Amino acid sequence: MIGITAYGAYVPRLRLQRQAIVDANAWFNPAIKGLAKGERAICNWDEDSLTMAVEAARDCLAGERPEEISALYFASTTLPFDDRQNAGIMATALNFGEDITVMDIVGSQRAGTSGLVQAMDVAGGKGSPGLITASDKRRTKAAGPQELQFGDAAAAFTVGSDGVIAEYLGGYQLAIDFVDHYRGGNEDFDYNWEERWIRDEGYFKIVPRAIAAALEKTGVDAATIDHFVMPCLIRRVPERLTKEAGIKAEAIRDQLHGNLGEAGSAHPLVMLVDALQDAEPGQIIMVVGWGNGCDVLLFRVTDALKDLSPRNGVKGSLARRKEDTNYNRYLSFNNLVLQDRGIRAEVDSPTAISALYRNKDMILGFVGGKCRTCGTVQYPASRVCVSPNCGEFNSQEPHPFAEIPASIQSWTADNLTYSPDPPTHFGMVVFEEGGRLMADITDVSPGEVEVGMPVRMSFRVKAVDDKRGFKKYFWKAVPDQRAA
Amino acid sequence: MPKGIKDKVAILGMGCSKFGERWDMNAEDLIVEAVEECLDDAGVERNQIDAAWFSTAIEEVHVGKSGVPLAVALRLPYIPVTRVENYCASGTESFRGAVYAVASGAADIAIAVGVEKLKDTGYGGLPQRMRGAVADMYWPNFSAPGSFAQLATAYSAKHGVDAGELKKAMAQVSVKSHDNGAKNERAHLRNKIDIDTVLNAPMVAEPLGLFDCCGVSDGSAAAIVTTPEIARSLGKTDLVSVKALQLAVSNGTEASHNSWDGSYFMTTRRAAERAYAEAGIKKPREEVSMLECHDCFSITELVTMEDLYLSPEGTAWKDILDGFYNADGKIPCQIDGGLKCFGHPIGASGLRMLYEMYSQILGRAGERQLDDPRIGLTHNLGGFPHQNVSSVSIVGRYEN
Repeated sequence: MIGITAYGAYVPRLRLQRQAIVDANAWFNPAIKGLAKGERAICNWDEDSLTMAVEAARDCLAGERPEEISALYFASTTLPFDDRQNAGIMATALNFGEDITVMDIVGSQRAGTSGLVQAMDVAGGKGSPGLITASDKRRTKAAGPQELQFGDAAAAFTVGSDGVIAEYLGGYQLAIDFVDHYRGGNEDFDYNWEERWIRDEGYFKIVPRAIAAALEKTGVDAATIDHFVMPCLIRRVPERLTKEAGIKAEAIRDQLHGNLGEAGSAHPLVMLVDALQDAEPGQIIMVVGWGNGCDVLLFRVTDALKDLSPRNGVKGSLARRKEDTNYNRYLSFNNLVLQDRGIRAEVDSPTAISALYRNKDMILGFVGGKCRTCGTVQYPASRVCVSPNCGEFNSQEPHPFAEIPASIQSWTADNLTYSPDPPTHFGMVVFEEGGRLMADITDVSPGEVEVGMPVRMSFRVKAVDDKRGFKKYFWKAVPDQRAA
Repeated sequence: MPKGIKDKVAILGMGCSKFGERWDMNAEDLIVEAVEECLDDAGVERNQIDAAWFSTAIEEVHVGKSGVPLAVALRLPYIPVTRVENYCASGTESFRGAVYAVASGAADIAIAVGVEKLKDTGYGGLPQRMRGAVADMYWPNFSAPGSFAQLATAYSAKHGVDAGELKKAMAQVSVKSHDNGAKNERAHLRNKIDIDTVLNAPMVAEPLGLFDCCGVSDGSAAAIVTTPEIARSLGKTDLVSVKALQLAVSNGTEASHNSWDGSYFMTTRRAAERAYAEAGIKKPREEVSMLECHDCFSITELVTMEDLYLSPEGTAWKDILDGFYNADGKIPCQIDGGLKCFGHPIGASGLRMLYEMYSQILGRAGERQLDDPRIGLTHNLGGFPHQNVSSVSIVGRYEN
């Protein structure tokens, strides 16, 4: 039996209220007034598709050391690097070691579902488990409907044959160069064709073919499907497709458009995580991925679902939420407004790539050291033990810090230093097992930090080097919702 | 225990430029302003100086690297010039170099000159700068006030001092320095302020407001040192000698080991203990006549009073509110206005502090002259509370 063995998800904390977008833009585009309901998830300034995918993967792994995982896939159409393996950065961040297959899966909104199929096929063929993440943070122009419809999120699954919680029954894939939208090389934004054509010539003609083929191939009776997972921004499309296919109307899953938004190639997987959080053993789930063709996947939930350790998934991530009505800040975070950032923002900060390589486990993997002689743990590791009672030379073993609970010893909110989101919060973060670090504190608003506050570490964008097109990543403290 | 530096070296002369926003001056002009006074006071010529030490901290915005800028500014006759930098203790480091050279016999007469010309960056506060290839990858992008502000949260938590009470004591630190600075014509800031002005000022880094932070200034200061014997042979009778020069440098314990609670300076305590031993001071609260401490931020001064063993731990905030460190208090602190009002041209600051102690001991401090001070302490603190350099120097009347 091959299938999904665990799930995880990540939704950024900020939820931009759609009314704020409409209030700012309806003067120009009154047609968006109908989209003013609810909220969409938006990345903090220091989040992107990679950081969200890392957090979703950590949620999926639930603190377990993934030694047996032999492949890591990262599906997205909004990867931070066009030519530097993004899945490789993630593998380093997750401390997967170097003996692993990593691959970025790109190029269409189907990247998530196609990646999941690929991951399960390979896991079945090789007999070793894999991890597939899908994540998207799609930039949109101001005042268009996509700015209201899209949302940022990531999902992750481990796949394999041990402890399967959702057995992969099979599916069908169609590759058709149907261009409902595209984003050209070196372009920042999508170009979209007319919605009525997409609906009539696209969804209504292509999806039914794939559903029918998948049902035939797997021998699943459409009427037995309990969860129909299909993102689609055009109204009433899932309703008509299920009706035609003979799938129960009540099987149609909430698309999470009201409180999250459409998360691109990650969205079918985000919805699948949400479905698994509701599902009961024995239920059948159909997942439809759309984009230059169609993927249809069928799963049967197993009894093992009940044994899965606690995790956030989509529901927990959605519960971690901060309402945001500051549309101007959203524009600034997404580089959609020309802002006077002052001379302090001009400081040049190139990355010494050789130094990053030398310290990649420390910086990207958040690995410190543990002294063989006295047991003191410290970050960063150093050639001489930091303990005042030890001071041993060359005694450090690698010690990963990312999953160790921590708390704030001292902190401030700094208005002077340049930050894309002032004031910048930082403080002394003290880890439960020992070790400490003066670290950035993120996902907090003024007034939310206090001495003793429990925090966990989160993989984030440290800084963006616009001059050289390089993004720096490091770990920051965020309030620990598990402790709350 | 080494024998130490006590009474081996005397200050032959000192000079200090006016501090402030010296828009019309290059660093070299500031150096000359301080050194001219220093040479006059010492009564020696440039060609009598055997060696020079030169301190700057943020040299990239003014003179650049090396000892050359000092040699060129003063047209020194091809003598050794050593440039030193050790964060905000840089000025004291140049003094230490010159004093040690004289004490060793390698030089009969040595000069220490510090300068900083910071007001060419286009914005207020210290310049933003790179911190090294590895540190830049994981240190937060923080300002100086941001790192020092954390002393306040940690101090409140440790001693159970209400944040509002602490903020009031911090405000009194600044009010006192403004009172003192108003009497100093060379000071950068000469306005008196009241507590409400401090408490209601815009927040820079919580809980430090605008008046909890020292400004950024241009300025230079200099000292010429020699042995007491040579000083006397040059006709000097009233001498100020060096009693102690100590420096303690963080080894990463505060930053990486959980034995430090964030509310005090491990370095200052070590440097103070060694300095008192070197100077033969047993009861600092009784014996120190006056001090200039590194009041880069009000909270730094507050916790430093405990780290220097002048106020018992957890009580400095009360001493401050009681006026213990005011000009008319038991131990006047920042009698020249301190970093807060005299100003903080980094490379010159340690020498500027010594200049005030020297002037007070010689009875030259004019309107702010204290009554017969005998022992003066200066303190510098560079870096961040969790990783820093701290110097404690003691000078006093030479009574042999």
